[in-house]
Amino acid sequence: MGRYVVRRLLQMIPVFIGSTFLIFFMVYALGDPVAAMFGDRAPDPATAAQIRRDLYLDQPLGKQYLHYMGQIFQGNFGTAFNGQSVTELMASAFPVTLRLTLIAIVLEMLVGITLGVFSGLRRGRGIDTSVLLLSLVVVSVPTFVSGYLLQFVFGVRWAWAAPSVSPEAPLNELLLPGLVLALVSLAYVTRLTRTSIAENVRADYVRTALAKGLPRHRVITRHLLRNSLIPVVTFIGTDIGALMGGAIVTERIFNIHGVGFQLYQGILRQNSPTVVGFVTILVLVFLLANLLVDLLYAVLDPRIRYA
Amino acid sequence: MPESYVPKEAIGHGDGGTAALAIGEAESLERRPSAAPPSAGPPGAPVGKPRSLWSDAWHDLRRNPVFVLSALVIVFLVVIAIWPQLIATGNPYRADLAKAQQGSQPGHPFGFDTQGRDVYTRVVYGARASITVGVCATTGAALLGSLLGGLAGFFGGWGDTLLSRLADIFFGIPVILGGLVFLSVVTSTTVWPVVGFIVLLGWPQVSRIARGSVVTAKQNDYVQAARALGAGNGRLLLRHIAPNAVAPVIVVATIALGTYIALEATLSYLGAGLKPPTVSWGIDISTASTYIRSAPHMLLWPAGALSITVLAFIMLGDAVRDALDPKLR
Amino acid sequence: MTNDGRNGEGGGTALLDVRDLKVEFRTRDGVAHAVNGVSYRVAPGETLAVLGESGSGKSVTAQAVMGILDSPPGRVTGGQVLFHGRDLLTLRREERRRIRGAKMAMIFQDALSALNPVLSVGAQLAEMFKVHEGTSRKEARGRAVELMERVGIPAARQRVGDYPHQFSGGMRQRIMIAMALALGPDLIIADEPTTALDVTVQAQVMDLLAELQRELTMGLILITHDLGVVADVADTIAVMYAGRIVETAPVHALYRVPAHPYTRGLLESIPRLDHKGRRLHAIKGLPPSLTAIPPGCPFHPRCPLAQDVCRTDPPPLYEAGPGRASACHFWKETLDGAR
Repeated sequence: MGRYVVRRLLQMIPVFIGSTFLIFFMVYALGDPVAAMFGDRAPDPATAAQIRRDLYLDQPLGKQYLHYMGQIFQGNFGTAFNGQSVTELMASAFPVTLRLTLIAIVLEMLVGITLGVFSGLRRGRGIDTSVLLLSLVVVSVPTFVSGYLLQFVFGVRWAWAAPSVSPEAPLNELLLPGLVLALVSLAYVTRLTRTSIAENVRADYVRTALAKGLPRHRVITRHLLRNSLIPVVTFIGTDIGALMGGAIVTERIFNIHGVGFQLYQGILRQNSPTVVGFVTILVLVFLLANLLVDLLYAVLDPRIRYA
Repeated sequence: MPESYVPKEAIGHGDGGTAALAIGEAESLERRPSAAPPSAGPPGAPVGKPRSLWSDAWHDLRRNPVFVLSALVIVFLVVIAIWPQLIATGNPYRADLAKAQQGSQPGHPFGFDTQGRDVYTRVVYGARASITVGVCATTGAALLGSLLGGLAGFFGGWGDTLLSRLADIFFGIPVILGGLVFLSVVTSTTVWPVVGFIVLLGWPQVSRIARGSVVTAKQNDYVQAARALGAGNGRLLLRHIAPNAVAPVIVVATIALGTYIALEATLSYLGAGLKPPTVSWGIDISTASTYIRSAPHMLLWPAGALSITVLAFIMLGDAVRDALDPKLR
Repeated sequence: MTNDGRNGEGGGTALLDVRDLKVEFRTRDGVAHAVNGVSYRVAPGETLAVLGESGSGKSVTAQAVMGILDSPPGRVTGGQVLFHGRDLLTLRREERRRIRGAKMAMIFQDALSALNPVLSVGAQLAEMFKVHEGTSRKEARGRAVELMERVGIPAARQRVGDYPHQFSGGMRQRIMIAMALALGPDLIIADEPTTALDVTVQAQVMDLLAELQRELTMGLILITHDLGVVADVADTIAVMYAGRIVETAPVHALYRVPAHPYTRGLLESIPRLDHKGRRLHAIKGLPPSLTAIPPGCPFHPRCPLAQDVCRTDPPPLYEAGPGRASACHFWKETLDGAR
C-alpha cells in the first residue's frame, strides 16, 4: 500500500510538470504579459525591457518555467492585476469555490444517487424511463443556459434565492449556484447509479441475500448499494477536482468571487501570475483527488490489491 | 491495478460543455432487460440466420423511436446548416434599432434582439457554426485519437507509455480553462481555432477507448492464430483488429459530437470561442444574458435551439451505443 | 396433468409438499411456461434429487419454493407449496421472509458469485444470526467462527475476516453450506452445489453435505444434471423435462430400469465403465422452447416410441410400480424394453 502510494506520487510528477508547463507555455509564449500590464498604452521600451528582465521574461521559456516553479515552491506566486499578491487572492477565492463545490457534491450524492437507485430498481418502468430521459435533457442543456434559466426563475420571478451572491458568499446564497454547477454531473451520477444498480440487482449475491431471508431494505442498502456505488464514488471523487476548475461559468453568472471568477479576470486582463498560479493549484487538486479515489477503491472493494 | 477500474472517461469537468469532452461512462456496460432468466431461456428457440454486428445494430436502431427522432432532427439541422435560406429568407445581419428587443410579431415569430436583428433568422443561421464545429472537431479528434490510440495499443512499449502520460496531461487541464487561455490570444474570426482546440483536448478520450479495444482484440485467439499463420502487422491491424475498435470509437464520437457543440457555445459565451461576425448561438446567448429580465425571448430561442441540437446528438449516441455494444451479444 | 403421482416411500409426514406448481415468465417473445404443474414431496431426512437439463425448470421450481423468483418477469400462477403443512404461497411477504434462511435454506452453484464480494465471510455468516435472532454483534461473530469450524475450514478464527475471493473454490462452497446451516433449517435446497468445483473437491463437498444432513435429519433437495452425483446420495429421483416431472422413482429402481424414454435416453448418454466399448446414445434434437411447448407429451418430437396419442394427449403420471411414477403413455413398454 505504502509503496503503491509512493509510486503513484512519482507518476504524478511528470503529469504535473506537463500540465503546468502547457498552461505556462500558452500564457507566456502565446500572450504578451508585459504589453498586457500597460493595457492600451504603449509601454516605454526601456521600462518594458526592465520589467522583462525583472520577470525573467528575457530568458528562454524552459528557464522561465523553472524560475517560476522555484518561486512557487517558496510560496511566491507573484502579483495579481490589482496589485494584490496572488496568494492573497487565492486565500479569498479558494474557500468560496470550496463551499460551492461542496454543495454541488452533496447535491450530486443526495439527488443523483437517490434518483439512480429508484430508477435502477424499477428498470424499464415509467419512473425509470422518465428519469433516463430527464437526465439526457439535463446533460444537453449547457450550464450557461441552465444557469440563466434557474437564476431567472428562482432568483428573479419567484425570488426564492438571491440572483447574485454577495462577496462573503454564505452557504445559503450558494445553494442555487451549487445546483447549477452540479446539474450535469448530477445527471451522470444518476445514470451511472441506475446502470450499476440495474446490473447488480440480478447478481447472484443479491439472490443469496434474499434466500437468507434478509429484509428488503437490508438487501438493498447492505448488499446491493455497497457494490453498486463503487463506480459512482469514483466518479464523484474525480469530479471534486473537475468541479473546482470548472466553476468559471457558474461563478460568472452569479457573480461569485471564487476561483473561476478570478481566473476569468486574470485571463481577460492577461495577468499571467494569476492564471498560472491558480491553474497550478487546480491541477494539483485534480491529481490528488484522483489518487484519493484510487485509494478509496481499495477500501470499497477488497478484491483490489495494490501491488 | 486499480487504474483500469477507474472510469476516467467518466470525468466531467464541471460546467456545461466541459463534461463534454469526457463522457464514455461505465454506462457502456449497460445491459438491456434480458428476455428471460437463464434457467427459463428457450433453449430450443429457432435460431435465425446469423447477422453481423452492424446489420443487427441497424435492425435494432430502425425500430428505436429515440434513434429515429434524433436522426430526423439531425438531418434537419444539417440541411439548415448548409442551406439556411430554405426556411429563413431574411438577413441575419440586418439591424433595425427601432425594433430592438421587441417581442414576437407577424413575420418575426421570435422577435428582435438588442440591435433590432431578427432572432428567428439568427437562430436558423446559427446552426451552421455549431454543426461545422461539431462535425469537424469530432472527425479530427476521432481520427487522431484512434490512430494514436490504435498504434499505441498494438505496438505497446515506450510509445504506449508516452502516449498514456500525454493523455493524462491533457486530462489534467480543465477544458474551459484551457480553452479560455488558448483561444484568448487568437484573433482569427473563423471556426478553425476552436475546432483545433477541441481536437487538441478531445483526442485523448478517443485514444483511450481505441487503445483499450485494440489491446483486447489483440489477445483474441483468432488474432493470435492469424499471427501464427504469418500475417504481417499491417494486415493484422487492418483486417483483424481495426474492425473491433471501430464500434466503440463511433459510439464515443457520436456522444462527443453533442458535447463539443455545447463546449463551443460555452467558449463563445465566455468570449473566447467564435467571434462576430460569425453567427453563433453562444455569442447571441451571451449578449442576451444582460437583458434576461427585460427581454427573455432573446435568450430563450437560441438557448432552446442549442439545447435541442446537443440533445439530438447525445440521444443518437446513446441509441447507437445500446445497439452496438458488443457486450450485449 | 394429474397431481396424484407421489414419490417417496409413501407414508411419513411430508416436510415439503409441492402440489401442481406452475410458474410463468413474461418475456419479449411471449409467455415462457417454465414450470407446468410440478408436484413432489420431501420427508425429514430424505434426499430428493431433481434431475434435468438446463431449462427444464428444476431451478425455477426451487426458486419458487424459496420465494426468490425474479419477479417480474417470473410469476407463480398456480399450485401450493406446503411446508410443515402450511401453504407458503398464501403467507404474507414478511412471514415468508422469516422462514427463508431460518427454516429452509439454499445453496447455490457458484459460491464466488453467490457470496457478496465486498463483505467478509464472517460478516455474511453473522448476518444470519443478527437478522433472524437479533444476536449481538460479538456473539454472532463467535457463532460464525463455530460454523466455519463445523464445515471444516482450517484456522477459522483467523480467516473469519477474509473475503470470499481469498478462499479456494471448495472452501467457498463450504462457507455457502455453513451459511445455509446457520440456523438449523429443516430443509436445504442445493442447486448444483458441486458443478463449479474441481472433480477432486466435488466428492469432499458432497460428503460434507450428506453427513451434515444425516446428523441434523434435514430434508435435502439436490438439483443437478449429474447422474453420478445422484446415485451416491439421493433416496428418490424426480426427472424434469420442459417444466414437468416425467418420472419419479427410488434411486436404485430408476437406475435399474427407467420407466420413461427420456430417462432412458439420459442414462444411455453417460459413459459407464461396465459398458465399455459400447456406443453411447445421445438423445436426438433439442429441448423445446418454453414459449412454444409442443401439445401432447412435450417429449414426443424426440421420442423413439412416439405414437399418435403422444402428439395429442398429455400423459398423466402413471403409477409404475412401488413408489414410482412415469408420465409416459407407454411406460409399460419402456420398462419392458429396458429389461
